[in-house]
Amino acid sequence: MGQGFRRMATMVRKEWLHIIRDPRTLGLVIFMPVMMLVLLGYAVANDVEDLPLAVADLSHTDASRALVEKFTVSGFYLVTHTAQSEAEILEMLDAGTVKAGIYIPEDFGRRISTGGSGTVQFYIDGSNPTVAQTAQLAAETVSQATSQEILVQRLERGGAGLTISLPIDTRIRYLYNPNLRKMNFMIPGLVAVILQIQTLLLTAFAIVREREQGTLEQLIVTPVRSWELMLGKILPFVLVAFLNVAMTVGVGAFLFGVEVAGSLTLLAILSLIFLLGSLGLGVLISTISQTQMQAMYMSSFIMMPSFLLAGLLYPRDNMPWVAYYAGYLMPVTYFLEIVRGIMLKGVGLATLWVWVWPMAVFSVVVFFASVFMFHKRL
Amino acid sequence: MSIAIESLQLIKRYPGQKKEDRPAIDTIDLTVESGQLYGLVGPDGAGKTTLLRILSTVMEPTSGSARLAGFDVMKQSEDVRALLGYMPQAFSLYPDLTVMENLKFFADINGVSAQKQKTRIDELLEFARLTEFTMRRSENLSGGMRKKLALACALIHDPKILLLDEPTTGVDPVSRRELWRLLSKVIQQGVTVLVSTPYMDEAERCNTVSIINRGRVLISGAPAELEAQLPFRIVEVKAKPRRALRAVADRTEGVIRWRAVGDRLRLSVSDPAKVMPRIEAELKKDGAEISILREASLLMEDVFIHLVEKQEAQS
Repeated sequence: MGQGFRRMATMVRKEWLHIIRDPRTLGLVIFMPVMMLVLLGYAVANDVEDLPLAVADLSHTDASRALVEKFTVSGFYLVTHTAQSEAEILEMLDAGTVKAGIYIPEDFGRRISTGGSGTVQFYIDGSNPTVAQTAQLAAETVSQATSQEILVQRLERGGAGLTISLPIDTRIRYLYNPNLRKMNFMIPGLVAVILQIQTLLLTAFAIVREREQGTLEQLIVTPVRSWELMLGKILPFVLVAFLNVAMTVGVGAFLFGVEVAGSLTLLAILSLIFLLGSLGLGVLISTISQTQMQAMYMSSFIMMPSFLLAGLLYPRDNMPWVAYYAGYLMPVTYFLEIVRGIMLKGVGLATLWVWVWPMAVFSVVVFFASVFMFHKRL
Repeated sequence: MSIAIESLQLIKRYPGQKKEDRPAIDTIDLTVESGQLYGLVGPDGAGKTTLLRILSTVMEPTSGSARLAGFDVMKQSEDVRALLGYMPQAFSLYPDLTVMENLKFFADINGVSAQKQKTRIDELLEFARLTEFTMRRSENLSGGMRKKLALACALIHDPKILLLDEPTTGVDPVSRRELWRLLSKVIQQGVTVLVSTPYMDEAERCNTVSIINRGRVLISGAPAELEAQLPFRIVEVKAKPRRALRAVADRTEGVIRWRAVGDRLRLSVSDPAKVMPRIEAELKKDGAEISILREASLLMEDVFIHLVEKQEAQS
C-alpha cells in the first residue's frame, strides 16, 4: 500500500509536469469556462428588455400619451421611433429597426373619454419566438392594467366619492429567482457542464496521449497498478476542475450578480462525487480510443446529449417524454438539479437527496468500471 | 546454465486476422540461456515486435506460453515486470520532460529507493554519455541520444532481463556502434539481453541468433555455426566490364546464385576450388579485366537469403 501510494504520487507529479509544461493548453483549460460563461451570459441569456418600439400616435390625447408611457415604464419597451401611419410601422419592422410597433388611431382618445372602447393595433416581430412571447405578454399586461385603471377612474367619477377597488387582486411572488433572470438559471448549469466537459476531455486525452506517444507501452512494464495509474492521472485534473468551478461561481457572482444561496462546502463535496463519475467516463473513453481524435469524437457523443437533455438550456418539463426520461440516464441531469438547488434555493442535503443518490451510484459504478476495464495491456 | 527466456508454441493472431491467414506469430519456441546476448533477426513484418511485446507482458498471446526467469508472462506478469527492462521500438519516453525527469520518473515508478537513485542515475548518465544533457527536454535530443536515454530508463531498476526492440533502427552508424558497445557492457554485468534487429550485420555481434521470417523461427544458433551449416561457399569477384562479369556469373556451372554488393559480385558456389578457375577462364575468354577473385567469408545475410528462399520454395 505504501509503495502503491508512492507510485501514484509519482504519476501525479509527472502529470502535473505535463500540465504546466504546456501553458497554452493550461490557459485554455482555465479560461475556456470563463469565456463560455461570459459569452453565454451576454449573448444567449439576454433577458428581454428595452425592445425598440415604434409609436404612431394619431390620437394626440392624454389617454394615448398615458398608454405609451405605460409601455416605457414597464421596462420591456423603449420608444425609439415615431411614425405617422401603420404602413410606416410595418416598414420599420421589415427593416428590423424596431421589434414592435403600436398604432393608436385618431378616435382613440374620444372613444375613451366618451366611455367607449378604444382600439389599439400592436405589432410584434415574431421571428424570435422567445422575444415575441415576452413582448406579447408585456403588451397584454400593460394594456390590461391601463384598461383597469381607466375603468376604476370612470366608476369613481360616476359614483359620488366612492373608492373602488378591483374584486380580485392577484399578487404573484417568484421564489428563488425573483426577477426571472436567465443568468440565474444558466450559471449553475454552466458549472455542471463545464465540470463534465473539462474532466471528461482532459482525462480521456491524458490517457490516450500515452497510448499515442507509445509511453503506455513503457508504463505497462513498470510495476504501477491500474488503479494507481488511473488515480495518478485523474487527481491533477480534479484540482483543475475545482479551480474551474471556483472561477465560474466567482465570475457568476461578480459579473452577473448570481450569488450562491446555499452551502459552498456542500457544493464542493457533491461536485467531487460528480467529478468521480465524469472522470470515470473519461477513462472509459480512453480505454476504447486509440487516438486523441477518436477520444474527441467519442466524448462529443456524451457531451451533446448532456447539453440538450439535462436541462441546461431548456427546461426538461417541456420535453417530449422520450427526451425527458433519456435525461435520467445522464448524471449531469441530477447534478444540474443539485447545483441549482444549492445556488438558487439554498437547500440542504435532505432536500437534494433524491438527486444525490442516483448520481452517487452512477459515479461509483462508472469509476470502478473504468479502473476494472483499464487493462495494463496494449 | 539457467534459462532466462522461454516460449512454448507461442501463437499470436491479431483481431483483424482471419482464421486461414498466417498468424503474426506462428508457433514460436524460443530458449534463451541467462547471460546471453541473443539476437532476433528478420525483415520488417517478420513478427519480431509482436514476439517481444508478448515476452515483455505488453501483449497477450493467442495461445502458447512464455516464461521469463521462471515466471509466466500471463499469470505472473507483475513478477515478470519487476525483473524486466523493455525498450519498445518507437521512442517511448515523455517528450516534454527533461532527461533527468524521465530518469527520475522511471526510477520512482519502479520503486528504486532515493538512496539507490543517487548513484544509479549518475552511473547511467555517464554510461550513456548524457551527463551534460540532464536539463534538456527529451524531444530536443538527437535520435541516437533518445535511444541511449531509453536504454538508460530501461536499466534504471537493475533488471535481470533486457528486451530491446530494434534499438538501432533509424540511428546513425556512429550511434549504432555506441549502442552495441553499451549492450556488451550490460551483458558483462550478467544481464540477459534479447535484441531484435533487421540488420544482418548486427546479428554477428550476438552469441546466439534466431532468424525469423513470416512469424516462424527459421533457424537458431551461434552466427558462426549457422554460417558453417550452409551448403555453399562465397566467392567474391570484381571485374570490368561489369556486363561481362554478370553474363559469366549467369552461365558458369557451379554458381548457385549471385548478388551485387557494392562494385563486386558475391557468388554462392558449391565448391570454390573448382568454380574459381572456371570463372577466371570464362572472364579471360570474354576479355574482361579481373581485379578481385577470391573466396570470401560467409555472412549472416547469406544465411538469411538462403533460408528465406528455402522457406518460400516450400510454401
